[in-house]
This record gives sequence, structure tokens and C-alpha cells, in this order.
Amino acid sequence: MPDPLLRLQNLSKRFETPNGFLKKPRSMLAVRDVSLSIARGEVVGVVGESGCGKSTLARLALCLLEPSGGSVSFDGADLTGLRARELRRMRQRMTMVFQDPYSSLDPRYRIADAVAEPFAVQGLPVPAGRIAELLSKVGLPASMADSYPHQLSGGQRQRVGIARALALNPDFVVLDEPTASLDVSIQAQIIALIQGLQADLGLTYLFISHDLGLVRYFCTRIVVMYLGAVVEELPDPQAAPRHPYTATLLASTFAPDPAERKQLSELTDEVPSAFDLPKGCAFAGRCPKVTERCRVTVPQLSDGEHPVACFYPL
Amino acid sequence: MLLRVENLSVQIGSITPLEGVNFDLDKGEILGLVGESGSGKSLTALALAGLLPLIGGRIPTGRLLFDGADMVPMSRSQLRALRGRKIAFVTQNPMTALDPVQRIGDQVDFVSRTHLGLGRKAARARTVELLTQLRIPQADTICNAYPHQLSGGMKQRIVIAMALSGDPELIIADEPTTALDVTVQAQIIQILTTLVRERGLALVLITHDMGVVAQACDKVVVLYAGRLAEQRQVNALFGRPAHPYSAALIGCIPREGMAPGSLVGIPGAVPSVASYPTGCRFHPRCTNAGAGCSDIVPELRSLDAGGAVACHYPLPGIENA
Repeated sequence: MPDPLLRLQNLSKRFETPNGFLKKPRSMLAVRDVSLSIARGEVVGVVGESGCGKSTLARLALCLLEPSGGSVSFDGADLTGLRARELRRMRQRMTMVFQDPYSSLDPRYRIADAVAEPFAVQGLPVPAGRIAELLSKVGLPASMADSYPHQLSGGQRQRVGIARALALNPDFVVLDEPTASLDVSIQAQIIALIQGLQADLGLTYLFISHDLGLVRYFCTRIVVMYLGAVVEELPDPQAAPRHPYTATLLASTFAPDPAERKQLSELTDEVPSAFDLPKGCAFAGRCPKVTERCRVTVPQLSDGEHPVACFYPL
Repeated sequence: MLLRVENLSVQIGSITPLEGVNFDLDKGEILGLVGESGSGKSLTALALAGLLPLIGGRIPTGRLLFDGADMVPMSRSQLRALRGRKIAFVTQNPMTALDPVQRIGDQVDFVSRTHLGLGRKAARARTVELLTQLRIPQADTICNAYPHQLSGGMKQRIVIAMALSGDPELIIADEPTTALDVTVQAQIIQILTTLVRERGLALVLITHDMGVVAQACDKVVVLYAGRLAEQRQVNALFGRPAHPYSAALIGCIPREGMAPGSLVGIPGAVPSVASYPTGCRFHPRCTNAGAGCSDIVPELRSLDAGGAVACHYPLPGIENA
């Protein structure tokens, strides 16, 4: 890849439980040795179930969390060593849309103030007409600038979240499940909106989601995570899955067509706790193709066009 | 017919958030009740479970025939005897459906002790058997656990076990998989469909996800803003939706190989009860709206192809299907 916009190298993040009374602290690796390069203009999807580390990865990519190991570089500059002030300047070019439009907007801020907040953070003046322009970009009437969040529906609030993320003309936007708390009809509106903005403004997206169907529709490349590690990278969204976990995810995604009913497989075992990872492949306990080797050795992500971390890829 | 809903309306104070709902359901069938938030799905569920008094609601018109008996005039104690026994309810959020300070086993035992009059030991044996059938490993150990010790999918299975514990004929499941991960959702859908097929239960499955409907249901009722929009067999609905709203809902789920930009959603949002539009309530968002839609309420009419639709301009192809 020539000159990626964002490069994550061997990123890890360890969380520790606080020292409690009579309780030993425990630690877990929320993200384990993840490397990922994103070129300008790409829409990369990260998909996985709750607890797979996708939101932690999103926060690491913007240096909202400090990695326990590895590095993040943006447009050639290493972010991990930067001071707070330099990092803040970098953040003009990289922003985030959060999952829950109910808790990510301050209820006492008018919409105009919420959208103008990035300017305040950066100590920049708000250009005349910029708020109205941003609102119209996300399909909201300029009259909404004086409203408060409680007067808006969930879909409208998420549009405000998007307008705020775009305020400083960023190059790179992390979308952390921007539609997970919305109705499907509103989800489709929001996806259409962010797809249009990406084309118009030449943005680069890292799109976090639990919905493989949506990611396959929307992204140009897909990274599948399971318990903190990347298990597969699909070079093309329609590529056939090679990892049994990706195949299971795909089989659990229902098409809106009764002619395509899925034969549901029996995935009985539970997702292991991240505090107590199994010795071998993290998916071994639930995998239909498991062998003894999977239970003792951790498979590494392969090289090449379509990397997969499995001893017996499909 | 196990369940027949005739012209059901619900009134809360001076507003009527639900009106004119009709459908029926037989043993061994799964009926999907779909629509966006605010369309009246959960209200219908509460009415079916006899729980409307809980939110100060009442049924001014319509009948709810369960096994031939009308539930509308029933007293609270009559309804209580039915609920948990013949009619079971599975709620959306398994995190709040269980009592956090009671052991799992005691909570499930309670249902069969109350409704089937089982003794302590017999109730526990029944609980362990049910949990095992729902593929919960080490069911007897799990009985001693508290809800916070279990995963979301496990908790939802416990809630389903509670629903089954009174040996019901009808299960009403209100968005039972919305709070769960996709692989867990698939497990729960699998469990529910197997129960219906093997035990001859009837299931009302409430969801906003047309993918889940296509996967699991036999017939479908589409609600919009408190009224019935369309009611069809599942294959007919997905093959040739008659109501523009049904078609739009189906179009909200990405399909395999869909071209970028083809997912459009439904413009606008569901109106609130206080500001329902006149005429067809969907007309401000409808791509097919024409003369009359904004002032004349469309009647529910039967389709030759089976089912019924409430629309002045149903989508083409439906009349001669």
C-alpha cells in the first residue's frame, strides 16, 4: 500500500481491574497485536460481537486511549509519542461519531453549540454561516440550530453528531456503531448520508459495527475481530469467508427474503471471558472444525491478499 | 383458531394509540408483528398479555379471542390465571426481566409452583429439564447462580425457560433478540422456532427487523403509527408487498450484492400519537401517495392473493397475483 493515511502497528491494550479489598487485580487484553493500514479514501469496516475489542480499537486509532504496546501513525506522523497539545492539533483532521446519540450530546447545549464545540476546543473562531452549512450538509434545517437535543429524534441527533464530527473538515472519521441504537428505517437513512458525505468530501472511514450484512454493503475492506484479535481480513466485501467465525457471523445474518432462510448451526458454547483466554485459538471452543492443535497453539494471521488466522481455513 | 384479534383498539386517557388491528394465529404458527418504534407493536403485545391496566390502558372496542373466550371483559384475576399459564411473555431486555437478587432456579421454579401447583422438588426437576432442553450446560449448577453471573444470551434463555415453565399455548416475544449479538440472536431464533414446531406452540414475534421476520415467521402483520398497514403470508409479503410501507421496510435491510447507494431508508420519522396526520398516516413519507391519501383513511381490504392491505394505491402486480 502506497503511503497509508492511518497505520496501526502491533497495537495492544491491556485493562486492569482496580485493586479491591481482598481482591486480586485482574487484567485483560482488550486488543491483542492488531496491525492495520488504511489508505486515503478507503472505507474499512471492523466487525465483531460485543467484547471483541472493536470499540477499544476505534479509541486507540484516535489516541483517545493510550496503547499498552504498538504504535499509531497518521499521515506519516507517529501519534503515540505526541504531547497533548500536538495531539489536539492532529485531532482537527481525525474525528469520531459515537454510538449513542442520546448520551453523546450534552442536553444543555443548543444544537448550534454542540456543532460549534470543536472550534471552541481548538480555539478557533467559528466562520460565519458554518453552522447552517454543516446542518444542511447532514440534512437538517438551519432552524434546528436553536433547538435542544431532547426536541430531536434519535436519527436527527445522530445527524448532529455527524455534523459535529465534520465541523473542522477532517480527513479521517471513525464511526463507532453510528446506527446501532436506531430503527432500521433510520439506520438506512444515516448510512445513505455518510456514504454520500464520504464521496462528496473524499473522507476516509473506519466503520465499527456488529452487523456483517451492513458492513458488507457499506465498506471496501473488512476486518473481522474476535476476542481482541483480528481473525480475518476480507480484501473485498463480497469475498467468501475463510475463517469459521466469519462464516458463522455470515450465517447468523438474516436476509430480508424467506427464500434465503439460513440453516442455523448449533453454536452452543459461550464466548470465553477475556480475563481468562483459552490457550490456543480463542474460537476453538465454539468452532465446528476444531482439532487438538487449535486448542494448544494460537494461529497467526497469514500474509497475502486475504489474511486469515486459522489452521484449517475454509 | 387459538388466537383471534378482531378490530382491537387501545385507549390511554384521551388518546387512541392503537386501532383496528386484526389477525389470527393457530397452534404451530409464528406470526411476526413488525413496524418501526412507535408503531404500536408493544401495545399490541401488552393487550394480548392482558397487561394494559399496568400502563393505564383499556380496550374500548374489539375482541381478543383466546381459545374461543374473549379476554376483553375478563377481570384482573381471570387474566392473571391465564398469563404465565396459557399465555407467556418474553420481554425485550433479559437484563431487566430477571430479579437480580434471586437465584435463577428459584425464579424459574416460581412459575410452575404458582401455575401448575408443583411442589419444591418437582418444580426444580422441571426447571433443570427445561434448562437442559434449551442447551444450558450444567443446568443444576446454573440454578444456583444469580443473573449477573450469566451472559445476555444465557439470560434470555432463562427468560424463555420461565415462559415455558407454565406449559403455555401462546408465547408473546417482544423483541427477544434486539439486545443480543447476532450469533446469539441466531441461537435464540433457532430455539424459538424449534419450540413452535416441536411443541405446537403459537408464537407472536415482535420485531423491527425484516430479516428476522423472513427467517422465522409464517405470517406477518405490518403496523404503522397505530394502525394495521398490511397482513400477509410471509412469502407473499416479501415476494409482492402491497403496502408501500412494507416494501420500504424490506428495503431497509442490506441484501447480498446490493449496489452501493441503493439503501435509502424511509424519509422522515414515525409521527407521535399527538400529531398523527389525517387520512393515511403514512402519506407524508410515502413515495406512492396520490389523491385522497391525505384526507381519506384507507380501509383494510382483502386481497385476492390472500391477506389484506390498508392503502389507496397498493403496489402494482398485487391484484392479479
